[in-house]
Amino acid sequence: MTRTKRSAAAIALGSVVALLAAACAGQGGSSGGNADTADADTITWWHNSNTGEGKEYYDQLAADFEAETGVKVEVSAMQHEDMLTKLQAAFQSGDDEQIPDVYMSRGGGELKTEVETGVVRDLTDDAADEIATISGFTGQYTVDDKVYALPYSMGIVGFWYNKDLFAQAGIDEVSPSPTIEEFYGYVDKLDKAGITPLSVGAKDAWPAAHYWYYAVVRECSFDTVESAIESKDYSDPCFIKAGEDVEDIIAKKPFNKGFLSTGAQDGPTSASGLLATEKVAMELAGHWEPGVAGGLTEDEQVPDFFGWFAFPTFDGQGGDPADQMGGGDAWSVSAGAPDAAVDFAKFLLSDEAQQGFAERNMGLPTNPAATDSVADEALSQLIPVRDGGGNTQLYLDTRLGKSVGGAMNDAIALMFAGQAGPQDIVDAIQSAAESE
Amino acid sequence: MADDVTTPDVAASPATSPAPDAAGRTPRVRPAASARGGRRGVSSQLRKRLEIFFFVAPACALFGLFVIVPIATAVQMSLYKWKGIGPLVDFVGLRNYVSVLTNEVFTDAVVHNLIIVGLSILIQLPLGLGIALLLNRKMWGQSALRTIIFVPYVLAEVVAGVIWVQLLQPQYGVIDALLGAVGLEGPEQGWLGDPDLALWTLMVVLTWKYLGLAVILFLAGLQSVPEELYEAAQLDGAGWWQVQRKITIPLLGPTLRTWGFLSMIGSLQLFDMVWILTRGGPANATTTMATFLVNEGTQRNNFGIAGAASVVLFVIALFMAVLYQQLILRRDTRPETGRK
Repeated sequence: MTRTKRSAAAIALGSVVALLAAACAGQGGSSGGNADTADADTITWWHNSNTGEGKEYYDQLAADFEAETGVKVEVSAMQHEDMLTKLQAAFQSGDDEQIPDVYMSRGGGELKTEVETGVVRDLTDDAADEIATISGFTGQYTVDDKVYALPYSMGIVGFWYNKDLFAQAGIDEVSPSPTIEEFYGYVDKLDKAGITPLSVGAKDAWPAAHYWYYAVVRECSFDTVESAIESKDYSDPCFIKAGEDVEDIIAKKPFNKGFLSTGAQDGPTSASGLLATEKVAMELAGHWEPGVAGGLTEDEQVPDFFGWFAFPTFDGQGGDPADQMGGGDAWSVSAGAPDAAVDFAKFLLSDEAQQGFAERNMGLPTNPAATDSVADEALSQLIPVRDGGGNTQLYLDTRLGKSVGGAMNDAIALMFAGQAGPQDIVDAIQSAAESE
Repeated sequence: MADDVTTPDVAASPATSPAPDAAGRTPRVRPAASARGGRRGVSSQLRKRLEIFFFVAPACALFGLFVIVPIATAVQMSLYKWKGIGPLVDFVGLRNYVSVLTNEVFTDAVVHNLIIVGLSILIQLPLGLGIALLLNRKMWGQSALRTIIFVPYVLAEVVAGVIWVQLLQPQYGVIDALLGAVGLEGPEQGWLGDPDLALWTLMVVLTWKYLGLAVILFLAGLQSVPEELYEAAQLDGAGWWQVQRKITIPLLGPTLRTWGFLSMIGSLQLFDMVWILTRGGPANATTTMATFLVNEGTQRNNFGIAGAASVVLFVIALFMAVLYQQLILRRDTRPETGRK
């Protein structure tokens, strides 16, 4: 009996040791195993077009690149949030084998952190021609005069509206860039017609925060914002004015019932869903809105009632009326990647690649050779406004980085709940920036 | 019992490098055992210890790997300012703790957690007990009723949360529609959107979700009350209420106390339901310690602050658990002496 027990015990212990050894070996093995994929013949690419046509197109681009250069591209198409989590984990590992060679960057504070920790490659010289072609958009991907990512899509935020509901409310003329008075005129007319003017997903904070970002772009000059970020000094009165503008909008009560607990894009009762299902007339959102709305309607088609106009301008505003607020996606190359990865990032920015991207309505291309190729009518409205000569300020939460951005968004959400004023938002940013 | 005291050391030491140490330890012990093989008493004692070690070691190794190591990492992280990438270099001492403990959002979160701990027990204990006593009687549809009450607990938290979000949707949700049908109107901002109502709405959902656990535990406890006691009481002419008060509830004591402990710990760690229903909003009205630390950590990349918050959460949970153990659970673990 004892003997059996002992051998059982030995087996038990043995299996634990084996398990632990296996766990350790697994770690060692995977890094060792990946070593041969890091040679110049294979590169890894992570992107977030994980469905339908977009995924097919990217697979095709990877195949084309391999046919052209002989370098194999291992593509990982992931859902956006999953990709961010995996990227974060890969960077935390600090292991070149875990970090993809070409990956999506959103610029701003996140990119700055990547630069500071040395995980991202400087592309200034290696991709000088491409950078010259898309120079209007590389500003947000530049740290200390060096460009660390090639933006391939740059969208701007604005009001998406339902043309049918506007007509129903008797709004015959919609200005592509209205003044705030004109905007309030739309709101009042919609209200009178018994139509909820706006939806906003304040539960997720950032959709509400976009109002404040845009008010900042209107009230403050581009340089004021940039130097405030640089010097961590947000005392310029234009930031307070922006908060007051947003308070005025909130005071009009134009939003959907229960907007504080409304999500941004999750399901038909989210802010995007309410617009897609014709429950509200407008929503402030980015260039992704038609795509999102298409996924939230009953027939899964992009509604054909979409119109678009820019965020209203204010009397005596300090910002250039041509300035817009938005953001984009860019290809970054990791520091440990082979040179072929840089070639691939450049290939993705080529005229042909960008034209295909535009034809499939995957975003708003940055390469001027492709801007006319955007097939979708609603989307193509954004291009002249975006390229209208003004600066495009990045979504401020991305611009400021997650830490300060998160504090700012929460403070703005509090304003929407009636529990914070213009000064509170500035204070939240200031103190988060100082403790960074 | 003695091994319980020594084994944590065993588990703690392989924490940094489990495999070599665990493997290294065995050969060291084995030769000793064979060398003293001649002395029977010592040998059998040693063998017994060895066996205990063999059986306890796997659990301890896992405990060390998945409990002790993460706790140590959290403590280490809480002393640094760290954005999630690169090495830990920016040592800030206890500054993260100061920042967490002076942050109104966090202190409010602690208050919310304590409210949820208190209300969960205050609401679910009488309600669960009442339902368990009712369901313990022979009655028509008994098992169907049991199932209905237990179903919410079986549902995945995420699924239940998403269903409730839809039900509670302002204007278009089922609940507001039902209210509308009888001429009432839901709150302006919706049940989850009004900072004054959100926590109470959350409590309703939590009660719905976890009442089933209380009932099922209480029912199990009721099965262990000996039938003879009821018969004796009936012979003595005790009424139904008297029987419940004098016999059932006192004998249910250990079950109630264990449930109270589970409920308390669950309430302190509450995350998923809040995250799905409100994300801690509106205006931080439903933030819990867990949503605070996830928000600071994975959302804002302030891993140092999140680390400090998680250590504070750990200390609070540990303190309350030990207190509960000492004050309330102790009477169940003491050897049964005077009980009849």
